[in-house]
Amino acid sequence: MNVERLVAMVNDIAAFFVGEAGPGAPAAVANHLRRFWDPRMRSQIVEAYRSDPSSLRDLSDTGRAAIAELSKET
Amino acid sequence: MYAKGYRDLGTPAPAARTLQGPRTMVTLEIDGASVTVPEGTSIMRAAALASRDIPKLCATDSLKSFGSCRLCLVEIEGRRGYPASCTTPVADGMKVRTESAKLTGLRRNVMELYISDHPLDCVTCPANGHCELQDMAERLDVTSTRYGLAGANHHEGEHDASNPYFQFDQSLCIVCSRCVRACDEVQGTFALTIQGRGFASQVVASAHEPFLQSECVSCGQCIEACPTGALLEKSVVRHGTAERAVTTTCAYCGVGCSFDVELKNEQVVRMAPDRNGHANHGHACVKGRFAFGYATHADRALKPMIRAKITDPWREVGWEEAIDHTAREFRRLQETYGADSIGGITSSRCTNEETFLVQKLVRAAFGTNNVDTCARVCHSPTGYGLKSTIGESAGTQAFDSVMASDVVIVVGANPTEGHPVFASRLKQRMRQGATLIVIDPRTIGLVRAPHIAADYHLQLRPGTNVAVINALSHVIVTGGLTRDAYVSERCELDSYQKWKKFIAEPRNSPEATQSITGVPAALVRGAARLYASAPNGAIYYGLGVTEHSQGTTMVMAIANLAMATGNLGREGVGVNPLRGQNNVQGSCDMGSFPHEFSGYRHVSDPAVRGAFESKWGVRLKSEPGLRIPNMFDAALDGSFKGVYVQGEDIAQSDPNTNHVTAALTAMECVVVQDLFLNETAKYAHVFLPGSSFLEKDGTFTNAERRISRVRKVMEPRAGFQDWEVTMLISNALGYPMRYRHPSEIMDEIASLTPTFAGVTYEKLDRLGSIQWPCNDEAPEGTPTMHVGTFVRGKGKFFVTEYVPTTESPSAEYPLVLTTGRILTQYNVGAQTRRTENVVWHSEDVLEIHPHDAETRGIADGDWVGITSRVGSTVLRADVTDRVQPGVVYTTFHFPESGANVVTTENSDWATNCPEYKVTAVEAIRVAHPAEWRARQEIDLRHTIHA
Repeated sequence: MNVERLVAMVNDIAAFFVGEAGPGAPAAVANHLRRFWDPRMRSQIVEAYRSDPSSLRDLSDTGRAAIAELSKET
Repeated sequence: MYAKGYRDLGTPAPAARTLQGPRTMVTLEIDGASVTVPEGTSIMRAAALASRDIPKLCATDSLKSFGSCRLCLVEIEGRRGYPASCTTPVADGMKVRTESAKLTGLRRNVMELYISDHPLDCVTCPANGHCELQDMAERLDVTSTRYGLAGANHHEGEHDASNPYFQFDQSLCIVCSRCVRACDEVQGTFALTIQGRGFASQVVASAHEPFLQSECVSCGQCIEACPTGALLEKSVVRHGTAERAVTTTCAYCGVGCSFDVELKNEQVVRMAPDRNGHANHGHACVKGRFAFGYATHADRALKPMIRAKITDPWREVGWEEAIDHTAREFRRLQETYGADSIGGITSSRCTNEETFLVQKLVRAAFGTNNVDTCARVCHSPTGYGLKSTIGESAGTQAFDSVMASDVVIVVGANPTEGHPVFASRLKQRMRQGATLIVIDPRTIGLVRAPHIAADYHLQLRPGTNVAVINALSHVIVTGGLTRDAYVSERCELDSYQKWKKFIAEPRNSPEATQSITGVPAALVRGAARLYASAPNGAIYYGLGVTEHSQGTTMVMAIANLAMATGNLGREGVGVNPLRGQNNVQGSCDMGSFPHEFSGYRHVSDPAVRGAFESKWGVRLKSEPGLRIPNMFDAALDGSFKGVYVQGEDIAQSDPNTNHVTAALTAMECVVVQDLFLNETAKYAHVFLPGSSFLEKDGTFTNAERRISRVRKVMEPRAGFQDWEVTMLISNALGYPMRYRHPSEIMDEIASLTPTFAGVTYEKLDRLGSIQWPCNDEAPEGTPTMHVGTFVRGKGKFFVTEYVPTTESPSAEYPLVLTTGRILTQYNVGAQTRRTENVVWHSEDVLEIHPHDAETRGIADGDWVGITSRVGSTVLRADVTDRVQPGVVYTTFHFPESGANVVTTENSDWATNCPEYKVTAVEAIRVAHPAEWRARQEIDLRHTIHA
């Protein structure tokens, strides 16, 4: 799937949880992705994070922290 | 003419609620029999309840008593004269006589006068056998008149056949005013009046215009009220009065009106609104009442068809070949690309049983959770937002609850167009004194209508909902208008304190947000105080809330506001999503979302999953599947290859049409099951004919969680009901389904879904309808939710930071396009375009403000080219100040108008519900639309390939 699109979606999710969860935002974003994203979508963004972090240059800090958390799981 | 077989009690029941407390009962004597009724009941109604029907003509139990015809006179012991029983309330100890020689004489006198000015050719009258005047004449044995028939009369009166569905024959009119009162009291349009005085009195529409050109909205309530054949459906004239009736549920909007389908042999004569219907109480709209002709339209595709490539012509095949081909193709794809390479889409137009079965097919027979519903693109944020805050993904009230509301907020909804029967109820309540706050970018019909006006219209810029509602909450919090005792008892205090701190920040004030929202701060302050100070404040919302990048945030913000002001958990208050289609609530309830089973339980919950595995005899996946927009993306990257689409036209209704069609084109097996060869079918490899709501059994669940029966009135035209087709596919895939009737599917739903545990077809037939939750705790259902405590336990507040949409206007795209519906058309128009409703709306148009039109040289009726960041289309201009400067608006009922060619994939952060309501566009005048459109398509292809 288009990684740019996935990045935009993660950023939108992060924008909500930054306000709602404060320092817990990365964990909240990661949890949201676990509960609502198809595994192939998670795998794809995690794969991009691992193999070519520069492809995720538009990813917000909170989003990046969330993907980092997910990347530890698989 | 009310529904066949209906027993009219003459006047309405007295209001159920009194400020004085419990209802007082009154005992009186009618014709020697003791009768006990609630105080305020008319003698006429009390007599009818005691099986003593009093003759009447101007009275009917859907309208306030009028006392005009003088046929219902009675004698009351100790009182002088002969009072009208319709306008005289009962009193304790009263002794009433409904029949005597004197009364009969008086009544016969009245009837003679009526008959002296009425054609006496009943045998040729289309209302013959279903006419109250005829019934009264027969009952009073009046067959002639002393006044003769030679005098002046109205027999040559006007005959207005301008409306496509009904006619007005003045010669049959007895000027009882029932039609005028129905239009006023029930519908609230005030389109009809009695013009003239005395003998010259006559019913006219607007300022004596043909019905079609008048303000009449064709709800049909005047026909329902007419005691003769003066106002009558043309279908009754054509086919004659019905022989039998079957009660069913409308297949249009989420109000879910109950109708009696009246039939003569197998011919549907008319749809008569059911006065016992719990959602509509005998009311209807132009779609539900009249627009059923699509079911028998010549465009219905009635043969299964297959083809190898979408560029091939269709080949008609038998059901067996089509089903075998479908199963073979799906298995081939899974063997080649993996189990998760296919999926299914359920429809909010189909029944609960059908959607339950499709998601079961996908999860159990396909072995994947790639199932989603068209509710994805409308109310998915409602599910997420309300589940998170108050614990249940559903509206909190019954529609009747609005009659106990003091202040109503309507936000992002246009009920007079989208949910007309509810709009009429709301207008009734407003005429009783309730006040209204409208939050909408457009001047919708509720802002100002006959005898009502909103106290506040917060005309915000599209995309700034959250900023507006935060500002409303800011005023309430900083002004000390919260109901802290309620919150302390019922909500999570940590979340409340965090929210309060956030919302009180100056950046959320009306003054700070004014430059974002465009709404003057004083209006926000006034509206906030009005809502917060109401004894009962209710919020009703629609897709103008959900179809935004912050749709879910806005739903949460609405719940925050209601909790903070104590407006949840009793009648008259609540948070109420107005669902666009007939079974949006039901399709969501039935486990159509990829991450949850029926009853909104996540697939990762081992106990829940275990229950389904045990019942279904298969292992089920614990990971969520693809949502509809994700399916498109996955199709384009090659990991999603096949989809079974039941009753949903994704190629027309989903945003960014070019993206959707590219995704469909990339798939190897698209199976469409529908009534018509819709836009999606152009990209399909298998077409399976669907069945209309008239051809099937099942249930729909409306916006108030009301489960109502859908009953088959004709055999499925293509041979199978939709649930049977799903069974055929499943059986061909080797996963047996053996249901003999949808009631057995409902039994399975009830066994697996706690909120449906007490629902059976027997109970539905007995009670008429049931609002879930229906279980041991609430065996007859739950009209009002969250009474005493929230479903999630304590209500939870969420911080709702306003985040501007990225789909913002620019120099290149300076206007904001927003979309919506019109009264006479429905959704993608597949049904209503194939009815005479096109008389009112035959094409989608672009509403543009006079200022924006003038600066672009656009005049009313000009062709306008609209270009967004993803596509272009052409529409005719409707220059109007219904929209504000900088905002343009269109509907999406016609595929050729291509409204979704220009909408983008921008979506809600939580649910991927598309942001239909905000698209940055430019509009220019176009002299030659076809050439302009072709040129734009070439440009777009160059852009894509660049």
